Amino acid sequence: MAMLFAFHIIFAVAGMGMPVLMVVAEATFRKTGKAVYHELARRWARGTAVLFAVGAVSGTVLSFELGLLWPRFMEFSGGIIGLPFALEGFAFFAEAIFLGIYLYGWEKVSPLLHLLSGGAVALGGILSGIFVVTANAWMNSPAGFTLLDGRPVDISPLAAMLNPAWKTETVHMTLAAFAATGFAVAGIHAFMLLRNRENLFHRRALAIALSVGGVAAVLQPVSGDFSARFVARNQPAKFAAMEGQFRTERGAPIRIGGIPDVDRRTTRYAIEIPRALSLLAFHDPDAEVKGLSEFPRDEWPNPVPVHLAFQFMVASGTAMSLLSLAAGLFAWRKREWLFHRHFLLPVAVCGPLGILSVEAGWVVTELGRQPWAIHGVMRTADAVTTVGGLAIPFAFFSLLYLALGISAAWLLKREVSASPAFPLDGGGGKGAG
Amino acid sequence: MPSLPSLLAGALLGSLVFYALLGGADFGGGVWDLLARGPRAGAQRRLIAHAIGPVWETNHIWLIIAIVVLFTGFPPAFAAISTALFVPLTLLLAGIVLRGAAFAFHAYHLHEETGAVRWGTLFAGASLVTPVLLGLTIGALSSGRIEADPLAFTGDTASWLAPFPLSVGALTLAAFSYLAAVYLILETEDPGLRSDFRIRALWSAAAVAFLSVFVPVIAAGGAPDFYRALTGSDWSVGVMMFNATAALGAYVSLLLFAYRIARLCAAAQVVLILLGWGLAQFPFLVRPSITFASAASPPATLRLLLLSLAGGAVLLFPAVFLLMRIFKKEALSGRHRQKP
Repeated sequence: MAMLFAFHIIFAVAGMGMPVLMVVAEATFRKTGKAVYHELARRWARGTAVLFAVGAVSGTVLSFELGLLWPRFMEFSGGIIGLPFALEGFAFFAEAIFLGIYLYGWEKVSPLLHLLSGGAVALGGILSGIFVVTANAWMNSPAGFTLLDGRPVDISPLAAMLNPAWKTETVHMTLAAFAATGFAVAGIHAFMLLRNRENLFHRRALAIALSVGGVAAVLQPVSGDFSARFVARNQPAKFAAMEGQFRTERGAPIRIGGIPDVDRRTTRYAIEIPRALSLLAFHDPDAEVKGLSEFPRDEWPNPVPVHLAFQFMVASGTAMSLLSLAAGLFAWRKREWLFHRHFLLPVAVCGPLGILSVEAGWVVTELGRQPWAIHGVMRTADAVTTVGGLAIPFAFFSLLYLALGISAAWLLKREVSASPAFPLDGGGGKGAG
Repeated sequence: MPSLPSLLAGALLGSLVFYALLGGADFGGGVWDLLARGPRAGAQRRLIAHAIGPVWETNHIWLIIAIVVLFTGFPPAFAAISTALFVPLTLLLAGIVLRGAAFAFHAYHLHEETGAVRWGTLFAGASLVTPVLLGLTIGALSSGRIEADPLAFTGDTASWLAPFPLSVGALTLAAFSYLAAVYLILETEDPGLRSDFRIRALWSAAAVAFLSVFVPVIAAGGAPDFYRALTGSDWSVGVMMFNATAALGAYVSLLLFAYRIARLCAAAQVVLILLGWGLAQFPFLVRPSITFASAASPPATLRLLLLSLAGGAVLLFPAVFLLMRIFKKEALSGRHRQKP
């Protein structure tokens, strides 16, 4: 199941980010009339379509698997948190309808309707992402019901949807999707530009992808700060695992790197910045940060993967925002530097970082919540199915997804590796068809 | 005013009807892709891909709506179904994944011979298996052999492997292929292609008619409670009469080359089959012990769910209409523009 989510999240993220790129490219084409943007919009739209198709089917599998693997969880929470899933269904519906119009309608509908359809695809993608993350936020900060003898009563689906964590989580995830897609696409085009620096197609693509990804990457640390402070207050055990904090202490240091040692209850090999954690988490250098030892041993998440994934996410997020700031500076002052080897190389290297940090963030939020499926309410062990022999379907779906992933990657590679030649002087004329 | 669970049961049936009429035909298209024969085999395949391309993802989402309504509105039933029918549902999912992904990949290879064949075969094969599994699942829900409480689940995973669910699977496959053949006639102007799909429509119409009789006969032994409700209710005779009329109407119109009437009748036939199933199954969601009322979420949830369904319908029906108007205008009106 976790494997499935890890797979699906890549396509979900692309489903949120890619349509935005594609619409920006088309809008630029409609404004400037330059054929290069038209070609760009078409190619990105085809990429979106492949990713969307895989995302759509893997999403369908997920909605079934929720019931197949977590029947107790669904029975308990379906009535409480099913609403965002229903709304997600509609957002997804809208996305599919307008993607159909967008992909197949270049010659059939008016330019304005076409552009609006692209906008609807983007909006649908973003909304469906937000709704699903809302449900995950509810698992971290359950709301909208009262427990009575282990059963939920006084259910209010709206209150459950607007649970305390929904704002911080959805903002963080949306920005992450834009940053991850923007950087992945920018990375690919930077890689192509390293081979052929004069190609106008890849230059324009890089500029758009980097500006969408860059704005998100620069904003992300702010949203990350909100999220971390929320977790510190509401899920202190998760926060302690993220930071590798075993003892409860005032003026806690921030640890950069390091490996948590569960047996000795300490995080080793870390660079510590005194008081910085208390300052960041509670805006007070002497604030008390709860350590894992504060909690019963059987309510600990495993701090090793949580801490490491968190460190990775923060490090790559920092790298991406620094790179974006540099890109902004170049675009403002020295445009040609954007396409200089020494800039393209780091962009190409950082391409996968966004996706990887989305995965890392997923590890943090999911493993950090363990042993709970619903924080403080239901343990994961109580939520899982009673059907035996899960190894076979697990292996089967792993193979299936591996094959799908490889095929999709191969198709996308074909799509970008053919660099359309456009003359450097602007590729005038209007789009062909 | 019907109760909230009944209204949602109606919504559930409604989304299944849309799924069968639209998404089902896409699966049927895949079946005809697999069975493409004769000098026009390539042209048949291209017509199918052209007809499905812009709409299949939208059509597919009716199923997602049904699933979401099920797990939001009736969570215990969802838990029971997914535990008892673990195996066919897993296979169904694999079929859905392969069909969708293979079609999307296939569409990129249409201009290349080798790649197109590989993905096309996968797409077509998955289109053949998936409807059977879907029908099998629905049949199992009616057969009265699924335990209510998944915790008391004893490991009898084979409740679905019985003649009745299998016959429902066969009926589903036949009905989807039938719809696809009838729709495809109107997607082209080419007289050869039209006659190809007309012949396919006639054969599959006969298969559907046979299975519409055969399935209830099997039900008498394999799903006795369901059979009594299907044949012994006030509405039984009416639904059957209408169904027979639609079937006959479709067949005669196909013989007379009245394709648009045939399409209307074929769609009506499938709606009536599903309606008959829904009426006979109600008030049960899973026979023999889970009813819509007993599995329902609290009223507050149901009310919000209904409201969001209504709101979604207001927003989405115009969008679906727009999609169909753009891509199915010629097929819907039966007139084709001159190709430039």
